[in-house]
Amino acid sequence: MNTSVNGAPQWHLQPEANRTLVTLSGDWIAQEGRTPAFPAGALKDVPHDEPVEFRTDQLGRWDTSLISFLWELKRSAREAHVNVDTNTLPESAHKLLDLLPEIPPEPTPPPPHHFAPVAAVGQFTLDTLNEVGCVSEMGAAAARGGLASLVGRGMMRTVDLMSDLNAAGPAALLIVGVVNFLVGAILAFVGSVELHKFAADIYVASLVAIAMVREMSAVMTAIIMAGRTGGAYAARISTMQANEEIDALQVFGIPVSSYLILPSVLALAFTMPLLYLYGCLIGMLGGFFVSYIMLDVSPLGYFHETIQALPLDQFTFGFIKSFVFGTFVGLTSCRIGLKAGRSATDVGIAATKAVVVGIVGVIALDAVFAVIANVIGI
Amino acid sequence: MNDTNTQMPATDDRPVMISVDDVTLAFGSKVIQHDVSFRVKRGSIFAVMGGSGCGKSTLLKSMIGLLRPTHGTYLVEKDNYWAGDDASRVRIGRRFGVLFQSGALWSSMTVGENVALPMQMFTRLKPDVIRQLVELKLGLVGMLHAIDQYPSELSGGMRKRAGLARAMSLDPDILFFDEPSAGLDPITSARLDELILNLRDGLGATIIIVSHELSSLFHIADDGIFLDADQKTAIAHGSPRWLRDHCTDPMVHAFMHREQLDSSSSAGNG
Repeated sequence: MNTSVNGAPQWHLQPEANRTLVTLSGDWIAQEGRTPAFPAGALKDVPHDEPVEFRTDQLGRWDTSLISFLWELKRSAREAHVNVDTNTLPESAHKLLDLLPEIPPEPTPPPPHHFAPVAAVGQFTLDTLNEVGCVSEMGAAAARGGLASLVGRGMMRTVDLMSDLNAAGPAALLIVGVVNFLVGAILAFVGSVELHKFAADIYVASLVAIAMVREMSAVMTAIIMAGRTGGAYAARISTMQANEEIDALQVFGIPVSSYLILPSVLALAFTMPLLYLYGCLIGMLGGFFVSYIMLDVSPLGYFHETIQALPLDQFTFGFIKSFVFGTFVGLTSCRIGLKAGRSATDVGIAATKAVVVGIVGVIALDAVFAVIANVIGI
Repeated sequence: MNDTNTQMPATDDRPVMISVDDVTLAFGSKVIQHDVSFRVKRGSIFAVMGGSGCGKSTLLKSMIGLLRPTHGTYLVEKDNYWAGDDASRVRIGRRFGVLFQSGALWSSMTVGENVALPMQMFTRLKPDVIRQLVELKLGLVGMLHAIDQYPSELSGGMRKRAGLARAMSLDPDILFFDEPSAGLDPITSARLDELILNLRDGLGATIIIVSHELSSLFHIADDGIFLDADQKTAIAHGSPRWLRDHCTDPMVHAFMHREQLDSSSSAGNG
């Protein structure tokens, strides 16, 4: 087959006495894009009792495109009830052809799409409730694992907890700091425009302090951590899922909830309130920075007004919120990672979903907290 | 040592397809293999053998362009692979088809799309021609029924066969197989061996196999080298059958006969 004839790939069909001869000639190279297709009805008039044979002495170089052509021929011969004598082909072509199935598979029809809004809403509600249940169950299992760890019978490794704490704490200081500083500065900018009209410049301090401590620092920090750490947890756990690492843990009887999830959730639940306090401080610093440069406010006056505006229970409230946000982001992102499929796309989907659920959930929880705060009068 | 018989006498006059000369492979300062030299003849099935962790897969990695050797030359016919720029490596690499150890199928695409992608990227064939060639290649490896399935739905052996179909996508003339029959049942493995032989005979491909499936190697390979993890170089050259029957190196002998290495004889030889 290495003799180069260098012609275009050609074939023709010729009835002879007692047989039908198919002559193949030229170079059959798929990538040259010149190989002909075998027409569907070409063997219709061939007598049933006479075999189709091949003449290949003019055949040049060939690759799988020739096999593809012969496969088509063989299939139409089958439909026309004609015998094909593949022994007259070059031996390797005949062998390759023998590996192929006689009948091509039926293409699987795409699943039908029904438009059923009520069913979709119902399914979504059920799925959501199911997820809430799963996340709560996982949280409970992790909490049990945590209690077991406290008495020294847990399955959590300190080294995992430490590395997670480092990733969720010190490593996040810069981004949390920058964002909260800018938020504080923006609040001061916006507030100063209105307050200046009433010569109430000094109240910029209390505006920034209350806004940061009650809402902004907790929410901004939680959103940053949902994007940064929640996404990372989901990607990590779903990759472990794809590599069967989770299966290996389960086979050894190492509980996923306390080995994998507990350190991640603990790390976020522990660092989030601390990052919140840090964010408050940096945010007020940002507000002070703008006030000092743009407004007629003395540093001491700003400090005094900030202290005046902030009762301690505001901090307590924000602290509790941050703890809840941290736990929520940790649990949901781990759950999404565990539930993910096993392909690279699934890892991407899990990371995206963890961030979206984290951010939306944090804001929704914050709304719940606002209602609670209103009721208990903080 | 001089009486040790580790080199199969040359009887093969086919033209040389691949020449590797004094290649040294290292990760940083850790040398994996040094001064490895061999020739692969056109149309031969060349086995890279050796125990686990001896650097077989690393050698394969450098031959398919994923790891630059720290020393030595690697010629594909007349082209010096590592001497050229990226464009020339891509051009030479178009002649390669690689079957990775676990298939390495792109998980976001169906099996059919996996096989079709190289054709869509590198040829101007019409979609229906591509579809037909994809069906053919999947048919050859017995995977036509899975054309619309995703890799995550397949078993390990099916992924490997689909990976083989993808490696053949552009009808390459040099095929690299990393552990093709590991993890396959004996029937599928035997079928794969037949397929490899037919591909070589039918399409004239040169095939380089990294493997330690002895029965399969004895059946299909007609040349090869044996890499040793301790000496970090090739300690024997020849076809697996020749190495089994004639090679006197104790390590190679033990490997080819599935025996435990006799520690006293290896100490005396090393």
